[in-house]
Amino acid sequence: MELVIINLLDGLVMGLLLFMLSSGLTLIFSMMGVLNFAHASFYMLGAYFGYQISQYVGFWPGLIIAPVLVGCGGALIERYGLRRVHKFGHVPELIFTFGLALLIEEVVQFIWGKSQMAYDEPAVLNFALFSIGGNEFPAYKVFMIFIAVGIFLVLLYILTRTRVGLVIQAALSYPDTVQNLGHNVPLVFMGVFGVGTALAGLAGVIAGPSLGTFPGMAFLLGSIVFVTIVVGGLGSLWGALLASLLIGWLLTFAASYNVHMSDVLTAIGFTPPEDMAEHFLRDLWTLTMPQIGPILPYILMVLILIVRPRGLMGKREV
Amino acid sequence: MTAIKSTDRAAAATSGSAVLKRFAPWIIAALFLLFLPVIFASGSALTIMNQMAITIVFALAYNMLLGQGGMLSFGHAVYMGLGGFFCVHLMNMVAAEEWFLPIPLLPLFGGIFGLAFAMVIGFFSTRRAGTVFAMISLGIGELIAACSIIIVVFFGGEEGISGDRTMGPEIFGLDFGSQIEVYYLTAAWLLVSAAAMYFYSRTPIGRLANAVRDNEERAEFLGYSQRYVRLISFCASGFFAGIAGGLFAINFEILTEENLNLVTSGTILLITFLGGVGFFIGPIIGAIFFTLLQTVLSLYTEIWQLYVGALFVLTVMFFPGGMSGLLFMHVRPYQLGKLNILFLPYLKTFLPATAAILGGVGFLEIAFHAKNASVGDQMMTLFWLTFDSHGLIPWLVCVLLAIVGGYLACRMAPLLRDAWDEANSLVAN
Amino acid sequence: MRKTTSILFAGLIAGVSVFGAAQAQDVKIAFIDPLSGPFAGTGTQGLAEWRYAADQLVNSKGGVLGGGKLEIVPFDNKISAKESLIQLQVAIDQGIRIIAQGNSSGVANALTDAIEKHNKRNPDKHVLFINYSAVDPALTNDKCNFWHFRFDANADIKMDALTDVMMKDASLKKVYIIGQDYSFGKAVAAAAVANISKKMPNTTIVGNELHPIGKVKDFTPYARKIMAAGTDAVITGNWGTDMVGLGKAVIQAGYKGPIYTYYAATTGITKTFGAEGKDVIRLVGEGQLNPPVSKRAADYVSGYKAKHPDFDITQPRIANAVEMLAKGINKAGGTDIVKIATALEGMQHASIWGGNVTMRAKDHQAIQDIHIEVHTNDKITFDFDNSSYGLYVESTIKDAGMNSPTSCKMTRPS
Repeated sequence: MELVIINLLDGLVMGLLLFMLSSGLTLIFSMMGVLNFAHASFYMLGAYFGYQISQYVGFWPGLIIAPVLVGCGGALIERYGLRRVHKFGHVPELIFTFGLALLIEEVVQFIWGKSQMAYDEPAVLNFALFSIGGNEFPAYKVFMIFIAVGIFLVLLYILTRTRVGLVIQAALSYPDTVQNLGHNVPLVFMGVFGVGTALAGLAGVIAGPSLGTFPGMAFLLGSIVFVTIVVGGLGSLWGALLASLLIGWLLTFAASYNVHMSDVLTAIGFTPPEDMAEHFLRDLWTLTMPQIGPILPYILMVLILIVRPRGLMGKREV
Repeated sequence: MTAIKSTDRAAAATSGSAVLKRFAPWIIAALFLLFLPVIFASGSALTIMNQMAITIVFALAYNMLLGQGGMLSFGHAVYMGLGGFFCVHLMNMVAAEEWFLPIPLLPLFGGIFGLAFAMVIGFFSTRRAGTVFAMISLGIGELIAACSIIIVVFFGGEEGISGDRTMGPEIFGLDFGSQIEVYYLTAAWLLVSAAAMYFYSRTPIGRLANAVRDNEERAEFLGYSQRYVRLISFCASGFFAGIAGGLFAINFEILTEENLNLVTSGTILLITFLGGVGFFIGPIIGAIFFTLLQTVLSLYTEIWQLYVGALFVLTVMFFPGGMSGLLFMHVRPYQLGKLNILFLPYLKTFLPATAAILGGVGFLEIAFHAKNASVGDQMMTLFWLTFDSHGLIPWLVCVLLAIVGGYLACRMAPLLRDAWDEANSLVAN
Repeated sequence: MRKTTSILFAGLIAGVSVFGAAQAQDVKIAFIDPLSGPFAGTGTQGLAEWRYAADQLVNSKGGVLGGGKLEIVPFDNKISAKESLIQLQVAIDQGIRIIAQGNSSGVANALTDAIEKHNKRNPDKHVLFINYSAVDPALTNDKCNFWHFRFDANADIKMDALTDVMMKDASLKKVYIIGQDYSFGKAVAAAAVANISKKMPNTTIVGNELHPIGKVKDFTPYARKIMAAGTDAVITGNWGTDMVGLGKAVIQAGYKGPIYTYYAATTGITKTFGAEGKDVIRLVGEGQLNPPVSKRAADYVSGYKAKHPDFDITQPRIANAVEMLAKGINKAGGTDIVKIATALEGMQHASIWGGNVTMRAKDHQAIQDIHIEVHTNDKITFDFDNSSYGLYVESTIKDAGMNSPTSCKMTRPS
């Protein structure tokens, strides 16, 4: 029981971190129709900028400056890169962001090298806030939860209660009509791209110390973020939140419980083969849940795409 | 995306003499492949050429999806990899004399396995095009790559499965122990597969793939099931990818997780796009270029991937048609006899642009050296010049080259554009 | 069109062939390891160590074959099996007959297999494989061959040594084994289970599991299980970011006991663990840096640090490999690979890091002293990552695994 509670909390942290990435990505995707492959690269840039700033002025200023820098970079890339490619069609756009992801990873390696960065939690938060059954819960994770929830509330307010939010909401469904009504849709695009990447940057700053700051961090998280928005449904903030939490818990619980395939197979009536070491299905019989945990979200995504291509809470099809 | 341009010429080829013209490129290509080892006889050159041939087959197969069918796949390495794994297992069975199969036919079985798997996956993934297809391909790619580590029986874990091609039955005294024998086998398969893929794209079903790519609703109204058309393209692509996998198995005699993972899938996308998806020859150019980049450039610089990344992004931004698109842009001025108009503006733009690129490359290399060289080892060699990477002058030279060259190139670009418009206009000058 | 590409192609291939015009008296060693991509950090440090060892230990002391120099020629394999085989071919074409590789057992497997086939098919161009790091036990057991020599202790020998030390500590009642889901991770787990059940009857293994390699985003759930099981000691073969992720998660979950590792040091790992990992992280490995065993060893390390302030001696065994190879070449009196390999078989060597290295003839596995080291900043002479933290030797097993069994059946050239 104690383990369940602590896993729920850990899954919440993971899920909210995914949400910070997927909320920006889902807005970008649904407005511009382009899956930004480089989204997780902005997350990585956030972590590296945060690390570099923390070397001079400490963690806290980095929490503000790094996302702003990343957001400005994102807006510039939208203005001078993506908009240029936009006229060639969706596939070149997608390929552009794919190339951008490669390039950002190489640039990061060029500047900071290939080793892991020693980016640490701020000393103020580097203690265990409470412990459940001997398992300590770091204060920093509580801080992560608060930041993510704060972002969700701010986004929800902007999208549903402000004029800008209304334009964005309208542009999600009818971009051409909004353009015809005289709104500067390109500027809105640039703004949304900038804010989306800034959110990814913020996620990087706060995840860098706890999940590690290294050149592979974007690749590690990149495709799972797509999975999240596809599962959640495009353009839906609630969908992004739901899918993020779902996948956060899925990953956590799959890693936590050593469900053995042999038990499952035996339970549904199969008998284990005598010659386990030689049997051609031996890998299936010896499989455990943590081994396949990280690929469960992909199975979920493929199933969702087959059964319900608009995702859990999406407004229109992918 | 541009339609396959060379089709115009192929369509015109109906008369008797045109038949020869139609097959001429293939005969030239065959002769070229036949005599290539005379020039490049060393083992490494043969290995690199084999690698190139395999990449060409794979890239052509990939372009059946991307260029001809308009389907963007992020997991196509799966079909090549599975075909390859299957072939290594076959090779081992042949070596154990459980099976009789001449090694040269092995890629065919790789192709059949790739086809079979593509049929299974394509059954549900080709129901929709666009993003749904792309995301399913990504998901399947991740799944199979992950399975390859878990299912040790078939995939051999991270060290993979290895075989020995020389253990097969000897055909005409060939045991494929030497590189040159493998080269000719690979070249033959390359020629056959490339020709098959080319003529496939000229069949009605190949044309339908283009139609569905350009407007799926219209194709549907004409009475063709878009899903069925996509499935056929997908299966054909899987078949040829499997052949590439079989060739890989014969060449390297080992397949690992790396043959299935997303990096390989991403690389083939990159190769195909760099070469250009609009033309049949595009992926061929891309594969040759990229293989050279990967094996040769990496001997000279550690930051070659940075250059590849930059090249890729710049290509998408400025030349979405890829290298072949760039080449075929000149067909029209050539036909109008106006190529000479372009010569001087090209020179005026490209000379400063080259200087700017050299300056930029120099800057990166010097920065990399200054950052990573050991203490006391400040001398570096770049473009046949040896100098001190910690000195100010090389930095200044590079920055100056980059700025002045870039500025001049930008100044000259409008001239080039005007000349380009003129060269493409029908009005005689 | 085809013509232009062929000219380009011709030029570049010619470039490759010209690239390595060999000098007669020198002996070249092809260093095939990742120099670009995610594992380039380890590769570039290895290359620097090889070059330094060749210069300091051989070339400045008279060289080989009466004045010839050992020259290390780098080849970037991008940690890919396929690229390694291509680079192997390029190296052979350049006339290089000695290959050094270490990162990734998968690549080592591909190379040893390819080299055995190459030597069988080209009896006039034999190639020698110096494996300085890949520790998959299979390489000196089922997959062993005459051309392969391993200078690191394999995973089984290290585990044998580690459990020899662990069995003396009666407080270790519950042990948790966790590793990456691939051949090396499985080998560590199997060796740990076998050794613990044999030597530590009062200890239970409370967890034994594998996680996907390089795919885990957050190790916290694993750490929770380790805590919930009341673990006294964790054993892991993890490396790279999987090591840091696991270690940090376990420490932050409140774990205070020892974490026994194979690779939790250098390339940013030591610095990232910093104070958190003090007296928690332990490492089993060869080559003693702290305290330095002799002035010679200390000079060697400080000379290296002076040359490469940002690098560390990450793989001390490279020094042994270079010295032993030079001895072998001199004893063979030429570059005949069969003679060099025969000279290396059974060779005894007094290591710069103290103790003896014996190249066991029956499986080509180097037998050497294995140490259990602790991550600390006390009494550290040579730190890692310039972080003031380093590894301090706590206990040593002399000639570890001298009598360990092997299933190697080697066929020697007649």
